[in-house]
Amino acid sequence: MTEQNSILSEIEPELADTILSSRRDVFAKYARRAGFLASAPLVIALASNEAFGQALPKKVEDVLNFALTLEYLEAAFYDAGNKASGLIPGKYKTVFRTIGQHETAHVKLLQGALGAAAVKAPAVDFTAGGKYADVFSNFDTFLTLSQTFEDLGVAAYKGQAGNLAGTPVLTTALQIHSVEARHASEVRRIGLKLGWDGAFDKPLSKSAVLAAATPFLA
Amino acid sequence: MDMQTKASRRHILKWSGVGAGIMVAGSLLPNFGISTALGAELGDGDVGVLNYAYALEQLEAAFYIQVLETPFSSMQPNDHVILSSIRDHEIAHRDFLKKALGRHAIGGLEVDFSAVDFGSRASVLGTAEVFENLGVAAYNGAGQLIKNVDYLAAAGSIVSIEARHAAAISDLLRPYSAQSVGRGHVDAKGLDGALLPSQVLPKAAPFIKTPVTAASLA
Repeated sequence: MTEQNSILSEIEPELADTILSSRRDVFAKYARRAGFLASAPLVIALASNEAFGQALPKKVEDVLNFALTLEYLEAAFYDAGNKASGLIPGKYKTVFRTIGQHETAHVKLLQGALGAAAVKAPAVDFTAGGKYADVFSNFDTFLTLSQTFEDLGVAAYKGQAGNLAGTPVLTTALQIHSVEARHASEVRRIGLKLGWDGAFDKPLSKSAVLAAATPFLA
Repeated sequence: MDMQTKASRRHILKWSGVGAGIMVAGSLLPNFGISTALGAELGDGDVGVLNYAYALEQLEAAFYIQVLETPFSSMQPNDHVILSSIRDHEIAHRDFLKKALGRHAIGGLEVDFSAVDFGSRASVLGTAEVFENLGVAAYNGAGQLIKNVDYLAAAGSIVSIEARHAAAISDLLRPYSAQSVGRGHVDAKGLDGALLPSQVLPKAAPFIKTPVTAASLA
């Protein structure tokens, strides 16, 4: 462990472990990924791991395509949920409509930033092969997946911050990251939970995020 | 980028509760440490950024400690659970940063909450909303100033908690509203706020008696 890292590990061993292991994953050789290479967008998104050692713009482009893939997933989820009649109770409609607007805006922003390099929207299956068959007819199921996607988004952006350090894109990514956190808090609130799991949010590596998202990609 | 250009200029900022607002004393002046006897100099580089975060967390922690020590009369169990949890988080953030800074940490700041009516739910939650949203924008804008990616990851683990708090406080004020997922702070592109220290410090100044200077943050 380097001298820099020891500062973190002294004060918050668990957090330091999470942060450091997340970075190790980002920079790792990618042996474990082969198990969930399911769709073309995922293959492209995973290419970000290949960028270690390459020119910065390529690395940034790959992080943005990874983010775009997640935003496509979220935008499609809320688009379907907001259109499903009788799904969302009236008093929560404003919340989910607003979240949907944000996710659609994130898609547009990232597509614009990437231009011709932007990945296409993945085919989605929010039932995850039938596991959540009533996702757009049972509000509890919808809410569960909403929280999953929002918490996953927060952890995913957080896990990529180090890859964007020193680039102008970092601030933009942080500005999306905190919006996802606002969503996550309110969705959890609607589910009668606290909006958080503790004083520090944990990052997730790209491979962990993709493993969680893959069941929803057709 | 514009923010990075600004960030690279060397300023002396004065952050004080006596209405001095902000003093920018030329772009090439060294830090004379003029206020070290009377107040707090945040310091250079990552130490400066962490001390800046530490100052804001001190302010937040002190505020919520006061909120729970002198609860407003109409405090419902739900208010109490959420505000107590947020208080515990801010204390954890404050203590984390103090330990990370070690001997470089600024001292304890003297706060001034005379503008807050702690007997009023609207005043307390309104102030909490200001602090949480200021915290989100402050961390979002400070990310680009951090050199060490481990510190960036630590800041990322804190900022999304602040964003979760912001949503929870907004929800207490306006349940299930668009504001509870960021309206008013998230722009049409779906981006949250990002402010530089020079923009944040004047907003925090009315609540802090101790003069705080930042020689190298902008």
